[in-house]
Amino acid sequence: MTVTEPQQLAYIAGQAAEARLRFELETEGMTLNIGPQHPATHGTLRIIVRLDGEQVVWADPSCGYMHRGYEKLAEVRKYQQVTTLVNRIDWLSSFCNEVPFILAAEQLYEVEAPPRAQWIRTLLFEMGRIANITLFLGEMGVQLGAITPVFYAFRDREHVLNLIEAATGGRFHPNYDRVGGLKDDLPKGWVEETKAVMDKVREFCDQMEDLLLGNEIFERRMRGIGVIPARVGLGYGLSGANIRASGVDWDIRRDEPSVLAWKDCDWKVWTHTDGDSFARYWVRLQETREAAKLVDQLCDGLPSGPIMAKMPARLRVPKGEAWVHTENPLGEMGYYVVSDGGPSGPFRCKIRSASFNNISILPWILRGVYVPDVITILSSLYFILGDIDR
Amino acid sequence: MSALLAPALAALAVLPPVAAVDVTTYGWVTALKVAIVLGVIPAGALILGYVFLLKMMSHMQSRLGPMEAGPHGVLQLVADGVKFLQKEDIFPSRADRRVFAAAPLVVLMSTFLLYVVIPAGPRAVVEDLDTGIFFALAVSSISVIGVLMAGWASANKYALIGALRAAGQLIAYELPMVLAVVGVVIQAGTMSLSGIVVAQANYEVSVFGLFEIPKVPYVFPQIVGFLLFMIAAQAELSQAPFDMPVAESELVAGYMTEYSGFRFLFFFMGEFGSAFALAAIAATLFLGGWYVPGMSMDAVASDIIGPLVLGGKIMLVAFFIFWVRFTYPRLREDQLQSMAWKVLIPISLVNIAVTGVAKVVF
Repeated sequence: MTVTEPQQLAYIAGQAAEARLRFELETEGMTLNIGPQHPATHGTLRIIVRLDGEQVVWADPSCGYMHRGYEKLAEVRKYQQVTTLVNRIDWLSSFCNEVPFILAAEQLYEVEAPPRAQWIRTLLFEMGRIANITLFLGEMGVQLGAITPVFYAFRDREHVLNLIEAATGGRFHPNYDRVGGLKDDLPKGWVEETKAVMDKVREFCDQMEDLLLGNEIFERRMRGIGVIPARVGLGYGLSGANIRASGVDWDIRRDEPSVLAWKDCDWKVWTHTDGDSFARYWVRLQETREAAKLVDQLCDGLPSGPIMAKMPARLRVPKGEAWVHTENPLGEMGYYVVSDGGPSGPFRCKIRSASFNNISILPWILRGVYVPDVITILSSLYFILGDIDR
Repeated sequence: MSALLAPALAALAVLPPVAAVDVTTYGWVTALKVAIVLGVIPAGALILGYVFLLKMMSHMQSRLGPMEAGPHGVLQLVADGVKFLQKEDIFPSRADRRVFAAAPLVVLMSTFLLYVVIPAGPRAVVEDLDTGIFFALAVSSISVIGVLMAGWASANKYALIGALRAAGQLIAYELPMVLAVVGVVIQAGTMSLSGIVVAQANYEVSVFGLFEIPKVPYVFPQIVGFLLFMIAAQAELSQAPFDMPVAESELVAGYMTEYSGFRFLFFFMGEFGSAFALAAIAATLFLGGWYVPGMSMDAVASDIIGPLVLGGKIMLVAFFIFWVRFTYPRLREDQLQSMAWKVLIPISLVNIAVTGVAKVVF
């Protein structure tokens, strides 16, 4: 049998390193704690790695340093109050966290928001995606030692955040969704301004392509590093761009029926066959461009009408359960909400967040790689600490 | 009024007149040299730090940088220096205290020794050694001992990994650097840095015997050597794309992780002081050094204008060093090693052979 996959080779190298540690040289490996306070984990993730020289023999992520208990807290709040909590899960694209929860709540309430509200939701959802992924595109450079791209990312992300603030009142935590619709309508002149900003976002994507994607050192650091074969990725429950970079053509926005407005737009889901860090970066770059395209189309086709549905005049939410998941910037995010028919909030609220599953592959993928590649793989998998620990 | 001044004038008359002080005596020369070395090195580090690290980087990244301390923040690094001096001098509890304390001094000493042989004018040189460039390359390697000491004595895993990376990197990159310099030495026929400046001032290129271009700096005939030297200098200075010893996204701050206060300041000064010195050596070897075309080699004016000319060339070289630093991602350690041993060293050996053949033929 010939071994061709780089990940398999790395796995064998890891086992060989372990054998060296144990039998041949009788040297002692070094256990290194990457985190919970470490610049590469941008948060409080702890990864315990056992090293032979600079080669990782064994790695284990240890999360929970930022656990805030949102699932339990949601049980003692009303549906309208939970959006404030879930805003803080993936803090770079907070609006995208509220949408699936509010859709689940609307299913339980048995109401549906009017079309204009759904379109504005989709619009802000995609803008949240841009605000989130632009930061990844710049930050990947920082993790590899190029400090300049992240400043361009912050500069251009600021335009998007300003628009989100103009519409919702909050730069980071919009808290804009209501059961049955939205808090406010869009301000005057917002649509024109948004289209101008989308041109800037596209320009930023071109800039990143020049600065990083075409850079020879960047390519040498990214290509063939952290290869995830499709079946392994699916086995570990990867989602979003991480699994699309392994060639799995799966996007919830397109593949599942939704009340949101994606079905009315013309856009494309990008996949890559390599499954390495470079592929993940490339897929996310294309996704940002698609999101800018989507925002343009949503701005053009924005229907008129009310932004709030007529709510039934009752205090109790009918008994039942709802599961809504969406394609968030980090991957699949879903809420399983159970109502017991009582006057208070949800009886149970299970949050499925993308990053928690995405980092579960770390022990498998970090075996046999070098310390600098640990950082490359970590940041190309792209997690947000709030999304891991909730 | 004159009555008041008379005693003062009488007192002045007792003192020796200024013109009578012989500045060529040993004591005066030494005092002057000490003042220059102690003044030039921190000043060089400060200028590079301010112009490139604070200002150029900020403007390249669409931000302003420090603006408050002094006009356009010129005093920011002075303020930072004062801040570092006030900070507590922390020793990790498991550190090897004496080695830990000595390490920054070793790094700084290597930087100081580099300045000894750099000529800034026909007479404006601390010590014009016959083996000047050899000495400079030798003392610049001492810094890695300090880095290893720092990494080992810190009792910190990140510091240890950083120090070992620095040692491996230095061994890999000293070789192409030395070999790149050999081309210049062969062409100039001397190892003295002053001699290399004079040789460049007298170097003429004849184009097919038709006409002659006088005073060509060695960057044109030795362009390969120049590029090799700059790549190796980048690695020697631990600047991106070769900044693995201090890679902040992997190793926090590498061998400097545990340092604080004025010991950290020493590392900082060593880093930028070495950048200044290596830029000066590159300017001397390849760009003609202090020589001003059209001026007599021995004129006193050369001793005054020479340092300014050299300073301008240093800034030019340093601009390229820092431009690359702010733009490129870093290589991985094994990629760096394979680049040094498989690419740079063979190219520099070919460069030496070609230079030697050309020296014999022409």
